[in-house]
Amino acid sequence: MSRVLVGVKRVIDYAVKIRVKPDQSGVVTDGVKHSMNPFCEIAVEEAVKLKEKKFIKEVVAVSCGPSQVTETIRTALAMGCDRGIHVEVSGKDYEAMGPLQISKIFAALAKKEEASLVILGKQAIDDDCNQTGQMTAALLDWPQGTFASEVTIDGETVKVVREIDGGLETIKISMPAVLTADLRLNTPRYATLPNIMKAKKKKIANMKPADLGVDMVSRVEVLRVDEPPTRLAGVKVETVDDLVAKLKANGTI
Amino acid sequence: MPISELLLFYIISCCMLNHLLYVLLFSSIPVVKAATVSGSDMANPLRSEVRQLYKNLLFLGREYPKGADYFRERLKGAFMKNKDVTDPKEIKKLVDRGEFVIKELEALYYLRKYRAMKKRYYEEELSAVLNIGRPVD
Repeated sequence: MSRVLVGVKRVIDYAVKIRVKPDQSGVVTDGVKHSMNPFCEIAVEEAVKLKEKKFIKEVVAVSCGPSQVTETIRTALAMGCDRGIHVEVSGKDYEAMGPLQISKIFAALAKKEEASLVILGKQAIDDDCNQTGQMTAALLDWPQGTFASEVTIDGETVKVVREIDGGLETIKISMPAVLTADLRLNTPRYATLPNIMKAKKKKIANMKPADLGVDMVSRVEVLRVDEPPTRLAGVKVETVDDLVAKLKANGTI
Repeated sequence: MPISELLLFYIISCCMLNHLLYVLLFSSIPVVKAATVSGSDMANPLRSEVRQLYKNLLFLGREYPKGADYFRERLKGAFMKNKDVTDPKEIKKLVDRGEFVIKELEALYYLRKYRAMKKRYYEEELSAVLNIGRPVD
């Protein structure tokens, strides 16, 4: 029957205060708490829900990165995925890894595993790219249901309610398809200790991007990483005329 | 999400933090002592239940907003306070209360994360309606 591929990303925990490295080459990640991207949690939850409703047979959690990402895959397994795939990427390749390389990996895996659905989070909270889902669909030439806030499978088609500016859009796309999860799709379950213990029995396969025929060369180079500018204090004025004069002097009007 | 729901979430999550501590501190969650000479075999399965409950709560406490150490202290205190309870019915009742705290913690963590994501990625309805700038966090 059908198989679903779910992508999970290991990111710096959402509650951690981010610090920029002194050499402005990136963000401090050593010793910082990492966890699964919140939107990826929602994607995993949706896949597991679909399996519980018997629309799909198997959920495979995939993550790319160094050995630490197996923790994230284990969390996905604890939430209900059947098995995991760890695509090993480390060192310079990992630092330069972006949506393009990930989507190539996912496209290759989707074909290899004969998946009928690829569910991803809409964006990662560290790079905020919002590109991986769309690129994966383009590489596979599959339809995409992005920013999904409601997913219903009906035979060989999927009805997706998308959150767009100004409201909701409902589309019907045929499977196989790529979906990206938005915040209000579902409420992800917590991976409790008993579930994590049970998940230890589940398998995580190991492979390299080269095994899938993907080159990890990045076309993007990070030049500099800066902190956002500190907010300047506001200026108080006494009368409306003062305000207008100040705005004119500023060149705003 | 309408503003009233937003406010409700905020109030509930603030109350939850206080309520959780209250439940932990003032409720009594049992630690079943080793079966004594007069004790029965019934204490044993309950003992593993209680131990598992403690482990589960400890695991959940890692993400506690006020810190894992703070949570661990309170948790140990709450369990130690009732180490002399022997009545199995009483113990079962207290274990159920412990499970309730687990559910509350999970809900608290979810709400915190949801509110943080909503604040970061979705323009607040009120500021959009009043046409004032987004707050810089």
